[in-house]
Amino acid sequence: MTDQSENNTPRLTGSVNDPRMRRRYRAERRFHAYCISAVLVALAIIVTFFSDIIGQGYTAFWHHEVQVTLDYNERSERIGQFALDSDLRDVASRGATRSIPRAIDRNPDLLGTTETTWVPVKGDIDQHFKNDKALSDSLEEKVNRLLADGQIRNAFNSRFFTAGDSKLPELAGIFSAAVGTLYVLGITLLFAFPIGVMSAVYLEEFAPDNKLTQTIEVNINNLAAVPSIIFGLLGLALFINFFGVPRSSALAGGLTLGLMTLPIIIISTRAALRAVPDPIRLGAFAMGCSRWQVVRDHVLPASLPGILTGTIIGLAQAMGETAPLIIIGMIAYIPEAPTGIFQSATVLPAQIFTWASEPESAYVEKTAAGIMVLLAVLLTLNAAAVLLRRKFERRW
Amino acid sequence: MYSDAATQTTATTESETTMQADNEPEMSRQNHAPEPDVKVRAENVRLWYGQTQALHNVNLDIHARKVTALIGPSGCGKSSFLRCINRMNDLIPSVHIEGRITLEDEDIYDPSVDVVQLRSHVGMVFQKPNPFPKSIYENIAYAPRLHGTVNSRRDLDELVENSLKRAGLWREVADRLHTPGTELSGGQQQRLCIARAIAVNPEVILMDEPASALDPLATATIEELIDELKDRYTIVIVTHNLQQAARVANYTAFFHMGEIIEFNDTDTLFTNPREQKTEDYITGRYG
Repeated sequence: MTDQSENNTPRLTGSVNDPRMRRRYRAERRFHAYCISAVLVALAIIVTFFSDIIGQGYTAFWHHEVQVTLDYNERSERIGQFALDSDLRDVASRGATRSIPRAIDRNPDLLGTTETTWVPVKGDIDQHFKNDKALSDSLEEKVNRLLADGQIRNAFNSRFFTAGDSKLPELAGIFSAAVGTLYVLGITLLFAFPIGVMSAVYLEEFAPDNKLTQTIEVNINNLAAVPSIIFGLLGLALFINFFGVPRSSALAGGLTLGLMTLPIIIISTRAALRAVPDPIRLGAFAMGCSRWQVVRDHVLPASLPGILTGTIIGLAQAMGETAPLIIIGMIAYIPEAPTGIFQSATVLPAQIFTWASEPESAYVEKTAAGIMVLLAVLLTLNAAAVLLRRKFERRW
Repeated sequence: MYSDAATQTTATTESETTMQADNEPEMSRQNHAPEPDVKVRAENVRLWYGQTQALHNVNLDIHARKVTALIGPSGCGKSSFLRCINRMNDLIPSVHIEGRITLEDEDIYDPSVDVVQLRSHVGMVFQKPNPFPKSIYENIAYAPRLHGTVNSRRDLDELVENSLKRAGLWREVADRLHTPGTELSGGQQQRLCIARAIAVNPEVILMDEPASALDPLATATIEELIDELKDRYTIVIVTHNLQQAARVANYTAFFHMGEIIEFNDTDTLFTNPREQKTEDYITGRYG
């Protein structure tokens, strides 16, 4: 007591002047600043990425349509273009009249009738309105007149969601790729989920802890780190060359992605199983359960939310995968949605890859729009995984 | 303070012993069993965890429809011994057991013994309440359904009710049988675990420090429950709480370094121990 009153330094505030303490506080502030700037850089990258994609892609959800009168006559029965008024033949998309001969063939009653409808304009004209693409003077004058007359309108592009790929950008859509993705993911799930969960259950609940199982464990963990393109090569060698699965088919793609998803499911399932506290198992054993009954009745139900979360995340990763699918030929031009697992198919990321390598500027917005759709689905999947985990998270 | 309780227990013990002897004359047929009411007998039980020996020649007779307490300092082997009786040690791969443990003259380590059957005769309650993450009803109905001892839904309802009543939990949970068992308080969860154990109608109930995770009030409830249950079941309880052993147990075995130093009726062991080590332990000189 007397000591302190003598040397007069305040006991709690004196350190402000101590150089060592000041250095310490400075270091702390500096470190704080580093961390914040790291976060800001990351945020800036994300914001740039999203604004670029959305800025380029949102226009793809709208397109310009021209009002035409389709004339079903003998000439257009042979060549669809003749159904159009000659004045509009260089404005309306060729794709709009391409199917007329087939339509008449299927329904001869159409012959001799006319139909007034809206069809997409040519991709270059759409790009002229959206991005000021240069057109010939006469054409530019014509489309501006049609726009002023209300014979060209800007409408929601439902074709983007209902049509398959096309060599005419104004007709291209993601439908066939989306269907292909569903087939592929379905097969991935059917293949990887049961095998993955059962392997994890065996390793975690049944296997003795010895050199062999440890080796298996290490190798499964390594498998999760193998580059995806190598799984593509494995799929090519195993499924297509050895088992003779059709090339480019959803079956080949699904099985290949299943190989890639397998370690992810095994690892997350093991983590979920390990999170079930041992007293639950002991309690069940003490009631006279066999090991399988313990797993089936107690451990699996308790760990199911964790297993499903891991599976969804694994599937989301598989859904965004392109490299292994390129190897097994799923990068093909698929205008029609597949109707079976043996047919050639493509998937969303592969479709984006195809569009990204097209030279026409109209495909740029298609690429960005495809990325937006893919991201929306992936974010939804990941949100579902988070919600599932939140909802069923158990506290013991 | 606990000598009172101990005297009381001894009094009930005597009356029960005579009652039992009347009720079960067929027990005397077992001519090689010196005492007629031995339920579980351990002979020269030795247990190793890998290279480490945890039990050295344990010999113990556990009497039917009595409470036997196993006491001793941490790591003395009392829990290891308890887990030998329903072969829970089988789950640990490194464990190796020698010697003989019999449940009414049947060697429970005989290769022909079905562990599932053994465990339906020897139930267990753990230190930390571990109800299954299912409803209260399902917690109790699970094992009877598993062992196929109940056929109709009505019998099952009845069994659940009776088990809960016997565990003294019925009044508290009767109106919420289908809420999760994990939402009960700690003491209620432990009684649920006891109800779960008695639902398969075991002969022996093993309790591994059943009250050590509970507050004093819940502990008192569990102790009363043990006292009631011993009319029907043979109870073996491991406890760190000497007063608890003195209050609930008819017999007490003192374990030290993997050996039974002393086994006697609780009253004698606590008031007049034969061995110096026992006296040192119960008077708190080490432990």
